[in-house]
Amino acid sequence: MSLILDGQSLGLAPTATGGLSLKIKGEPVEMRASGALWLEAGSTLVVADLHLEKGSAYAARGQLLPPYDSRDTLRRLALDVEHLAPKTLVLLGDTFHDHAGELRLCPSDAEALIAIGLGRTLVWVLGNHDSEGPKYLPGDIVEDLNFGALILRHEPQTGRQSGEVSGHLHPCTRVASPRGSVRRRCFVTDGTRMIVPAFGAYAGGLNILDPAFDGLFGGPVIAGALGQDRVHAIGPRSFRPD
Amino acid sequence: MSPAAPLLPERFASWFAGRGWQARSHQLDMVARARAGRDALLIAPTGGGKTLAGFLPSLIELAERPPANSPQGIHTLYISPLKALAVDVERNLMAPILQMGLPIVAESRTGDTGVSRKQRQRIKPPDILLTTPEQLALFCAWEGARLYFENLSCVIIDEIHAIHASKRGDLLALALARLQVLAPNMRRVGLSATVDDPDVIRRWMAWGGKTTAETPRPEETVDLVLGPPGAQPVVDMLLSEGRVPWAGHTAKHAMEEVYQAIKGARTALVFVNTRFQAEFAFQELWRINEDDLPIALHHGSLSAEQRRKVEAAMARGELRAVVCTSTLDLGIDWGDVDLVIQLASPKGASRMVQRIGRANHRLDEPSRALFVPANRFEMLECQAAREAIAENRFDGEPARTGGLDVLAQHIMGLACSEAFDLLKLYDELVSCGPYRDLTWEDFEQVVDFVSTGGYALKVYDRFRRIVKAQDGLWRVRDAATAQRHRLNVGAILSPAVLSVRVAMGKRLIGGRKIGEIEEGYLEMLDPGDTFVFAGQVWSLVAVTGLDVFVKAATDKDPKMPSWGGSKFAISTFLAKRVRELMFDQDHWKVLPADVRAWLEAQRDRSLIVGEGELLLETFPRGRRNFLVCYPFEGRLAHTTLAMLLTRRLERLGVGPLGFVCNDYAVAIWALNPMSTLDFEDLFDEDMLGDDLESWLADSFMMKRAFKGCAVISGLIERRFPGENQKSGRQVTFSTDLIYDVLRRHQPDHLLLGCARSDAATGLIDVARLGQMLARIKGHIRHADLEHVSPFSVPILLELGKERTPGQSGDMILAEAEADLIAEAMA
Repeated sequence: MSLILDGQSLGLAPTATGGLSLKIKGEPVEMRASGALWLEAGSTLVVADLHLEKGSAYAARGQLLPPYDSRDTLRRLALDVEHLAPKTLVLLGDTFHDHAGELRLCPSDAEALIAIGLGRTLVWVLGNHDSEGPKYLPGDIVEDLNFGALILRHEPQTGRQSGEVSGHLHPCTRVASPRGSVRRRCFVTDGTRMIVPAFGAYAGGLNILDPAFDGLFGGPVIAGALGQDRVHAIGPRSFRPD
Repeated sequence: MSPAAPLLPERFASWFAGRGWQARSHQLDMVARARAGRDALLIAPTGGGKTLAGFLPSLIELAERPPANSPQGIHTLYISPLKALAVDVERNLMAPILQMGLPIVAESRTGDTGVSRKQRQRIKPPDILLTTPEQLALFCAWEGARLYFENLSCVIIDEIHAIHASKRGDLLALALARLQVLAPNMRRVGLSATVDDPDVIRRWMAWGGKTTAETPRPEETVDLVLGPPGAQPVVDMLLSEGRVPWAGHTAKHAMEEVYQAIKGARTALVFVNTRFQAEFAFQELWRINEDDLPIALHHGSLSAEQRRKVEAAMARGELRAVVCTSTLDLGIDWGDVDLVIQLASPKGASRMVQRIGRANHRLDEPSRALFVPANRFEMLECQAAREAIAENRFDGEPARTGGLDVLAQHIMGLACSEAFDLLKLYDELVSCGPYRDLTWEDFEQVVDFVSTGGYALKVYDRFRRIVKAQDGLWRVRDAATAQRHRLNVGAILSPAVLSVRVAMGKRLIGGRKIGEIEEGYLEMLDPGDTFVFAGQVWSLVAVTGLDVFVKAATDKDPKMPSWGGSKFAISTFLAKRVRELMFDQDHWKVLPADVRAWLEAQRDRSLIVGEGELLLETFPRGRRNFLVCYPFEGRLAHTTLAMLLTRRLERLGVGPLGFVCNDYAVAIWALNPMSTLDFEDLFDEDMLGDDLESWLADSFMMKRAFKGCAVISGLIERRFPGENQKSGRQVTFSTDLIYDVLRRHQPDHLLLGCARSDAATGLIDVARLGQMLARIKGHIRHADLEHVSPFSVPILLELGKERTPGQSGDMILAEAEADLIAEAMA
């Protein structure tokens, strides 16, 4: 499918594993149905907004949500890592829901996280929820990170940032039909920058029509909405507010 | 007191005499039961002086109480399911108190009562407090509860028939058990409308632990007092020009005659089954209202203020008719109502008797009612209901087992009130009706849930909401936790509110907002249907998330969906009577000629089957092959049945394409003929096993039920989600995410069990479906037809409202993607 956005070809193409590949500022990337972004050229897997230990953060304030969010998130991450065996795994910020999250992580989940990073470079990009990075868990801690023509950081910078790949906003899109509507997490891109969906089990979603997305993109965007087993390319005509 | 002493003290006797009244025997009976210290359930029709009968013993006791210098605490607590009723009863109670000059203070306390009055009531309790179950639950979660209620001598529960079999009823029963602990001598008094089986309510009311052969059965501890039977109601059926339409449920054809009936009455209540029908009938009546009769509208989607205005105008006798839904099934007395009109089918005999009882609150005169069936099956239903009412037969209502989510809320509340001992608490809980069969294991599980969330992964120990201290007693963790709990008390879930917007072109974006309606209002509507809202006719475009998109209808005639117009399913009892009526050909002579001719045509071209049998027809039509069956088990059970049948038909390679359901029948169509299938096998009860579970687990019904249980049990707070409120962004953290994670990691969690049983009873009616499958086993009568049958016509008129099996969110995404591709290729 040759889709032209803002004068450039996205080169959007489905992959055998249910993902969608495209080019961001000329750099080939794959949006995976799990919500992870795969940069095959550098064998790098990017996931954003894991919000580990969000359940226990609520529990500390008296709402005893099921404490399985971290293990659920890590289980899904492990599946991607197992399948792709990336050389580098980038956690794109807000990996923990709060500073104390790392301390609350139960030992078996901590072991799972360490195992995921074993044998590869684990990079913690700092987010607003975890602005200091991990104290005990292994990995490199960075503010941002260059990857070819791309720059990976947690929070999208205002204005047009060519080549930026970020998280933070938890994009989701709502699509309606006369029979009902669905609201799904999504990637959103205009071909020059991309915002990746939140990966965490308890991470909420912000509709991409929210003013928070205003001014980030120069022209029309497409959303890569996460379906059961594949990513669906959705155009602006189908975007609906909440 | 000597047996000869009069039940009524002089002051009361002369008050009755002064009003030209005489105390009725059931009123005196209630006084006698009170003197004997007995709990009592009074069953009496409306207009029987029921409320006064409930209060009379308390008024006498209070009048005879020696004066005291300091407040003596609450003597009598009156609980009503309706706020308005509590306020109205306060007003009515003031009459005898003032007229007899009794030194009694009676006050109401509802969610609307001002803060200062509430505070004063805590410091200086009235003798009689009139309140709601929710306010009582708050009292139970208050540190001062023990002192406040120590002198309580009587609790009166009004309209008990309307509340016992619900989660609010669970919560109320638990609160009663608590009150009984605080005030061991407290008497319980229930006031109820006529019901099929009073023992169900007596068991709910009764207190005391598990019974043995030696102890009285729970229901025997509550005396039953019967009011005088009211005059037999006169129920007529309106047959417009003697004809009954094939389909439809608006009764539009008969509106002129309904209008004439209103004209002929002093004041009429026009009952309909949905808010939506209420809007429609209101509009139709005003269209022909040449005499400008004051006709008003009352339903649950109107603002509380609007409803109060209508109620006030009604109380002042200014209205000739109110078109209303079940919002007026209960409520304050309007003496002037002399006619009840039921538009469309009554769905149940008990509810109908309640509604009829709203007319004419004088016992000696019969209430008048007029049934207006909107189609032929409804005509049969109305006839069956008339006969049941004439025979004084009612729908049976099964007893409810108390919900564990409600129990969790109550236990948390108790911990906020005072420290408790586990063993004593268990005894207290099993002393109350809905929880009489609570096992110790379930109880421990609920306590663990309240404390730590009840997770197999024990990581929340330091976040316990209730903690066991060294004295072995359990307490709330801290004052802040208690305060937060109190903000979340109650078992009423307010439905989401949807915005009604004008759709812009084909794209469902933005659009002018024309109003708000409650979720569920449009449940029966499908895209393309027209309806009235805010005085205009609109066509439904789509319901998406929190928006209802509509466009102005060119057609000025709102068309209602032809069937399924009720949120109540036809009762099991009434459905059986309809099946009996259909089978008994001698009985057909009571029916109008065209309905009779329809039944005869069905008999000649297809089959009329016995009451215990299931009629199943197969026939080709167009390029489709149809299977239509008539279980008469209500829309919910039918939808579940159709979902499960289509799964099986899919596996059998029949290629089901869609189905449609109403209260009476299910129609499924498929690519391949179905006439040679093994129907006994197809309808085997084992469909309620794995098939049901795998369908249910992923269904929105489970997610909806889970959300309700999560709120009631205190897992999440009422105002959850809504994080990130500072930035004003709505990051939706939905309970669906929690449901998915919990289901994957702890499928046997307490709340998933609660959600499962709520969904099975409330949303998909599994029990009823199970009973039906058992009933028809070996009794399926198959008619292999060449053409449509007379019975199948109404449901086939429903086509276009069908559902496709297996419609999933991903299909909607795939369509949107195809749309993008089309755009790209253009």
